[in-house]
This record gives sequence, structure tokens and C-alpha cells, in this order.
Amino acid sequence: MKKLVNLSLLIIGLSAAAFAGGRLIEQAQGTGGSDVFHLYNWGDYIDSDLIDQFEEETGYRVVYETFDSNEAMYTKVQQGGTGYDLAIPSEYMIERMIEENLVVELDHSRIDGLDHIDSDFLNLNFDPGNRYSIPYFWGTLGIAYNEDMLEGFEPESWEDLYRPELANSILMIDGAREVLGIGLQTLGYSLNSTDNSELQEATEQLRGLSPNIKALVADEIKMYMIQEEAAIAVTYSGEAADMMWENESIVYILPEEGSNLWFDNMVIPHTAQNEEAAYAFINFMLDPEVAAQNADYVGYSTPNETAMDYLPEETIEDEQFYPSETMMDNLEVYENLGLYHTGIYNDLFLEFKMIK
Amino acid sequence: MVKQRKLLSVPYYLWILLFVIFPVLLLLFQSFRGLDGSFTLVNIQTYFTSRVYLTMTLQSFIYAFLITVLTLTISYPAAYFLTRTKNKQLWLLVLILPTWMNILLKTYAFIGILSQTGMVNQLLDFMGLGAQPLLFTRISFLIVATYIEIPFMLLPVFNAIDDINDSMVYASRDLGASEWKTFSTVILPLSLSGVRSGVQAVFIPSLSLFMLTRLIAGNRVITLGTAIEQHFLVTQNWGMGSTMGIVLIIIMFAVMYLTRKRKRGVAVR
Repeated sequence: MKKLVNLSLLIIGLSAAAFAGGRLIEQAQGTGGSDVFHLYNWGDYIDSDLIDQFEEETGYRVVYETFDSNEAMYTKVQQGGTGYDLAIPSEYMIERMIEENLVVELDHSRIDGLDHIDSDFLNLNFDPGNRYSIPYFWGTLGIAYNEDMLEGFEPESWEDLYRPELANSILMIDGAREVLGIGLQTLGYSLNSTDNSELQEATEQLRGLSPNIKALVADEIKMYMIQEEAAIAVTYSGEAADMMWENESIVYILPEEGSNLWFDNMVIPHTAQNEEAAYAFINFMLDPEVAAQNADYVGYSTPNETAMDYLPEETIEDEQFYPSETMMDNLEVYENLGLYHTGIYNDLFLEFKMIK
Repeated sequence: MVKQRKLLSVPYYLWILLFVIFPVLLLLFQSFRGLDGSFTLVNIQTYFTSRVYLTMTLQSFIYAFLITVLTLTISYPAAYFLTRTKNKQLWLLVLILPTWMNILLKTYAFIGILSQTGMVNQLLDFMGLGAQPLLFTRISFLIVATYIEIPFMLLPVFNAIDDINDSMVYASRDLGASEWKTFSTVILPLSLSGVRSGVQAVFIPSLSLFMLTRLIAGNRVITLGTAIEQHFLVTQNWGMGSTMGIVLIIIMFAVMYLTRKRKRGVAVR
């Protein structure tokens, strides 16, 4: 009899646990109700106060999930099973997602405040007419260096990174297109080159850079630069802004040969459960004051022209973060290269990593 | 009785089918698929004709070998002396304790220890040697990997030595063998089974430590794990990634074969 009672209790306990677990999964999947909004974004890429403000203003509960690469984001959205209502990928990935019907076409009548966006950031090649995406942030790839550690020498170009006295002192971003891009641009080729001999030449060229590279890492670059583990880093503008905030000796420059210009835009994935909330969020982020606060916190450049009025003057006049027209002409946007050439870039990148 | 036993074993067969056989078959199947999804041998061909992949495999093998040798050199004496101490279970527990901690946390702790302003460099500085670049070197990779793998070597070796019947050791001494002779002819052969499982438990995971190669070695050490991660996450070339997975499995079988129980020698306990 006692055994029977124990067994019954166990079964009841297990059922309760299963039920609670089911509810949890339901909530995580976003099938839990229409007041939940699932945001899929890069890590540390929004001021968390703004999430609170959005929740307060609209009544939606925000579930914030992060990714650390466009490719990881793509894989999760493409595999389905995730109910993200809004994602913020970069331009070349948006191009690919549009091609593969992974994003929903936007209803512009439900979007309010697009007129605040600088026309330079609208109607770009990867999404003509902004039918699928709304600008969130933009930025560049450049060189961050520590003035005190370099003793008088100031790098101005990719070419400068090859100097022998910089042996073992550069932290490099761990990305195939970024690193090969340095080789390509030093040689004067396009960042989107699919010409095999150009790519081979770029890899050969990078051989000279290899001894200067201390490590190929990603998000950790910020921490290492602040702690002065290395003197130079090749990194994104917003990351550099954070470093400069923490360590006053750090300077960020755009190399003479040109660099990469990128855009992160908001899109609604095809698996979205709550489009209503997604539009509410887009409109919220387009608000100039919100955009300004976000740019101030995150450190990347805002495409919101009206928001500039709310930003400190030193920020918007900083040529490294809001480059002049002539500097912009030197910058190049990544195009989606397709699977075949993405593979080639990555194989060459592996080859580069193997060089000792 | 027999029927009941058969019934009870069903979950285990199901488990093996679902989580061992099926995934390996899936991996094998994927490895024959090209980028466009068609069946092809191109992945295997690419692998064996690519200087990059072959050097990478060789490098993975060399690093795994070094890590295994280092852990064994440290763990065997440790295990041996451990069996001869009082409260050996307690000491063993202390040595195994680090496995209770998440591997990522341990790795990040090492970043703090090895960095330019970390503990080791502060000590070096204090001794007047000046700070040395320690992080992002091959040496630091080997040190951290060895540290992480030690418990997996220590445990089986300890158990094997501990299981040796003391009367064998006494008999050897009674018959006039020296300490060294006793060790080399009685204890060592009898503990080889533990060494074997230790080597397998350390060598195979060491082949693809992609997290450590990135966090501690800053991608200046490249193993097959790095390439597999890249093929699954970045290039979406699951076929190529799976081919490398299969290569790892083959290397694993080779290691199992090389470390298998030989017919000769004292294997009976």
C-alpha cells in the first residue's frame, strides 16, 4: 500500500514538473500569448533601459535573445522552430534572406518615422526601396590603437600594420571576410572580389601580416584592448567607441586604402508570431530621442538624421565615427557572395590561420 | 526471467540506436553530400588533396599526442602516490573537484592568470624578469589543455593501481625484488588497463578542442575542431564538416586499436 502511495505521488510530481516545463518551453517559443515580443539581436546592442521603456509604453513583454554572428542567426531562423518577431542582421545576410524568402515584406503604412532616416541609408542595393528592412545602426571596420603603447608611431593604413616592429602585437577580428578584405584592399582590389587570382594574391600578401598577429578573436578584443594586452586591434567602430570610453589612450582610425562599411537593419523573420509587436518596436526605434539614447549607449553610428540633434556635438563631429563624404567614398559594403565563394573565402582564411 | 531481462534491455538498445548509431549514420550520409545537396565524393577528394586540411589533421594529432603525454606524465605518479596515502579517497576527491566546475569558467580563469596583467606576469615582474607574453602561445594552450584533461587520466589510472591486490606486491618483495623491480614487473603491467582508458579519454577529445584554441591560443593553434565549427556555422558546408567528423572517428578507432588489450602480458586480475 505504501509503495502504491509513493508511486502515485511520484507520478503526480512528475506530471506537475512536465506541465511546468511545458509552460516554460511555450513561453520561450513565444506561443504563450500575444503580449510577448521576441527580439533576436547581437549581444549588448541595445540600451536595456530602452527595453524597459518599450515594455512600459506598449505593454508587450520583451524576450531578448542574442547571436554572435550573422551566420549563426541565419541558421537558427532558417531551421525554423524559433518564433523570433524581429531580428537585426547585417546587409549581406539580409540580401540572402530576401532571396530565400526568410523575411516578411514590410507594410510601410504601418511604419511611422522613416522620414527621420538619412536618405543615404535608404534604398540601398541589398534591399531596394527598403521593402524588407529598416536601418538600425551602421558602422565601419578600422584600426584601434593605444597611443601610449606605440610610442609615437600612428598607423594610418592597412599597409602600416605590416611593419616589422609590430611583431606579435595586433589583435585581429576572427572573420574571413574582414581579414581577407585587408589583403584585398591593401592590393587595391574590391572587398567583394570573386576572382581567384586576386584572392590568392591577397592570401599571399597576408603572409607578411601573420607574424604581427597576436591573436584572432572576437568580442574579447574590447576587454583585451582596455586591459592593454595588445597595442593594436582591427575591430568595428562601435567596439572601438566602447574601448575609448574605458581607456583614454585608445584611438580609432579608418585606414587610407578604405575599409568596410556595414549596416544592421531590422527585419521580420518569416517565423514571426507577433508582427504587431514587431511594427511597434520598429516605430519605437525610429523615434529620434530613442535612437539617440541607443546610439549614445551602444557606440555605433545612428542612421537617424533627426536623432543627431540629441547627440553630443563631439560625437557627431567625430570623423572616425561619422566620416565625411570623401571618406565614405573609400568605404565598401559587403555583398552576398553565395555559398560557393563564402566557402572559398573561409578556406583561404583557414590557410591564413595556419601560417606560422 | 529471461523474457523480463530482455524487456528491461529495450531502453538501452533504443538509446544506442537513437543516440549512437543513428547520428553516426547521419554524419556518414552528410559527408557524401555536396554544397548543392547532391551525392558526391567531392568532400573526401577535397579533404585528401588539400594541403591545409591535411596539415591541420597532422597538427591536431600532434597536439592531442602532446597533451596526452603530458597528462600521463603528471597523472601516473600522482595516482601511484595517491594509492599509498592515508585518506586516499579524500585526496582523490580534491584532485577531481575541478571537474565539477564548468570548463568555460576554468578557461576564463586562465585568461585572467595568463594575461599581460595577470598573476603569473605580476610574479615575473616582481622577480625582476618583466612581463612575458603568455596568453595566445602554444605553451599556454598545452598547459591549459593538460590541466583540464588531468582528472580524466587520473581517475582510471588511480582505480587500476588501487585494484591491484596488495598480496602481489608483498609476494614480489618477499621474493627479493627491489622497489623498482616490483613497480616495473608487477604494478606497471597491472595498471596498464587504466592507462589505456585514460589515454582514450584524453586523446580523443583533445583532437578537437576548438574552444581552447580560440580562447587561450587566440586561433594561433588550429585543430580540426576549428574547421568543423566553421563549416557548420559559417560556410554552411555541412558535407565538408561531416567528412572531418568522420576523419576524427577514424582516428579514434586507430587510437583504440593501438591501445587495445594485447594478448600477451598479464591481463588477468
